[in-house]
Amino acid sequence: MISYLEFEKPVAELEQRIAELRSAAEGDDVDISNELQRLELKSANLLASTYQSLTPWQKTQVARHPSRPHFRDYVEQIFEEFVPLGGDRTYGDDEAILGGFAKLDGRKVVLIGHEKGNDTASRIRHNFGMGKPEGYRKAIRLMELAGRFGLPVVTLVDTSGAFPGVEAEERGQAEAIARSTEACLALPVPMVAAIVGEGGSGGAVALASAERVLMMEHAVYSVISPEGCASILWRTAEKAPDAAEAMKVTAQDLAELGVIDRIVPEPVGGAHRDPRAASASLGNAIGEELDQLAGYAPHELKRLREERFLALAG
Amino acid sequence: MNWFTRVRNSITSLSKRSTEKDLWVKCPSCQQMVFAQEYEDNSYVCPRCGHHGRIGADERLRQLLDEGFDVLPIPDVKEDPLKFRDTSKYTDRLKKARAKSPHKDAFLVGSGAIEGKPAVVGVQDFGFMGGSMGMAVGTAFCQGAERALTRHCPYIVVTAAGGARMQEGILSLMQMPKATVMTRRLKEAKLPYIVVLTDPTTGGVTASYAMLGDVHIAEPGALIGFAGQRVIQDTIREQLPDGFQRAEYLHKHGMVDMVVHRHDLKDTLATLLDYLAPAKAA
Repeated sequence: MISYLEFEKPVAELEQRIAELRSAAEGDDVDISNELQRLELKSANLLASTYQSLTPWQKTQVARHPSRPHFRDYVEQIFEEFVPLGGDRTYGDDEAILGGFAKLDGRKVVLIGHEKGNDTASRIRHNFGMGKPEGYRKAIRLMELAGRFGLPVVTLVDTSGAFPGVEAEERGQAEAIARSTEACLALPVPMVAAIVGEGGSGGAVALASAERVLMMEHAVYSVISPEGCASILWRTAEKAPDAAEAMKVTAQDLAELGVIDRIVPEPVGGAHRDPRAASASLGNAIGEELDQLAGYAPHELKRLREERFLALAG
Repeated sequence: MNWFTRVRNSITSLSKRSTEKDLWVKCPSCQQMVFAQEYEDNSYVCPRCGHHGRIGADERLRQLLDEGFDVLPIPDVKEDPLKFRDTSKYTDRLKKARAKSPHKDAFLVGSGAIEGKPAVVGVQDFGFMGGSMGMAVGTAFCQGAERALTRHCPYIVVTAAGGARMQEGILSLMQMPKATVMTRRLKEAKLPYIVVLTDPTTGGVTASYAMLGDVHIAEPGALIGFAGQRVIQDTIREQLPDGFQRAEYLHKHGMVDMVVHRHDLKDTLATLLDYLAPAKAA
């Protein structure tokens, strides 16, 4: 069962009618195939046109869709092997940020990313994808490992932001994020980051300071959530759609600003409609980027990454 | 995350009383009236309760650097890259901020010496749009680092900011890795990078260059943190601990090396430079 977003209502109605027709026709001799075909075409066209012109706020909702594929879904679909590694060796293991060795069509990489979970139990276990200091320190540990053993780093970014809590502050959330960003920049191996859902502020940048930054077609990436921005500047969270528009949070906008390098196409109707196709598209893009970076020497990769961020903004 | 609301509501800089020819100021902490001249002579620290008032970038540079330092021009950056507009235009907000400030953005770099030891000092000015980090701040930070690299001398940065400048959207977020490129270059050049955290330092600034120093100094009572207190309270739904996110609290939790009174700040920096500064400075 698909859970529809508010703006998908017309599509939902059509799809419901199609389903009703189908079940009504079952065991019946009336030939409704023409009518069905007509409705299906109409519904497909409507879905396509809706998704072609999503507003930034609608995209935010798609990026947060509860059925959108997350880290573990992509791991399963894209990588033929995943060897999870855990812990920051100091405090604990944060399940909001997962990582380990992985193989992508034979390419050995270190894979790191946020996992939001996809039902109540797993969402709680993964803390809704909001990393704590130990999560970012695990990422640092894995990046250093990758650097020493010559393994490229791939990150899948999907977080509303780093966890805001007393303990996270006490254990140095800010420091952990800053060091994780630093660890990205220090990598002597290729790094490809993909914003697959939400790229929420510092918690995202800590895993996305790469020389190649990809973004799924309907993902969003911003300095603060639209709700947060709206409640500060407009003094009401209800203006979130305006804030999303003003902040330029979509892949299309960010490609234009040069903040991301490549938009990864999603299946019609968003990644959640067809996670398999979305995964294939993402895996393909990451593979191509890794192959392109394979020829660079360590100092060239660092230089590439540095120049990218120095040139950006300013 | 409404750090800005929090910060805006908690602005505690001493408000000048318009009567009696501004002879007196009221300390936002102990509420006592303080003779303005006495307050100024005391480096804007309340002589009654020791509250460290917020100071502008020029004053800070004067306090830290020996006489005769140079001030670098604030870099030109692309203005209002997103054509941002909320309840008013970003360009209007900038105009307003500039009308009140001697400088065109929130980060000022001074190049000179601290007790005779060559140093570059960057200062973030909370008075300019909450010290928020946008392209101008990020670029000025980098130019300060660049100057330290050229002079082969230490870089000291005094932070004060509510966080990233939302009106520059993602481009303000990108200042985090950008500034970090420069802190790494200082590290590679074996040049000390010292951070002085002042009230308030929060958000993306804390989560990048404010927490990457070789030594972290904080001013007494300074609010320092990543997430805003209201956001945290909304998340945990409990009372926040006493002194949460204050300098002393961070010291206790190992995030800053020392909490230093403003009167002792320059001496402390000089002592640190004595150990860390490169043998030969240009």
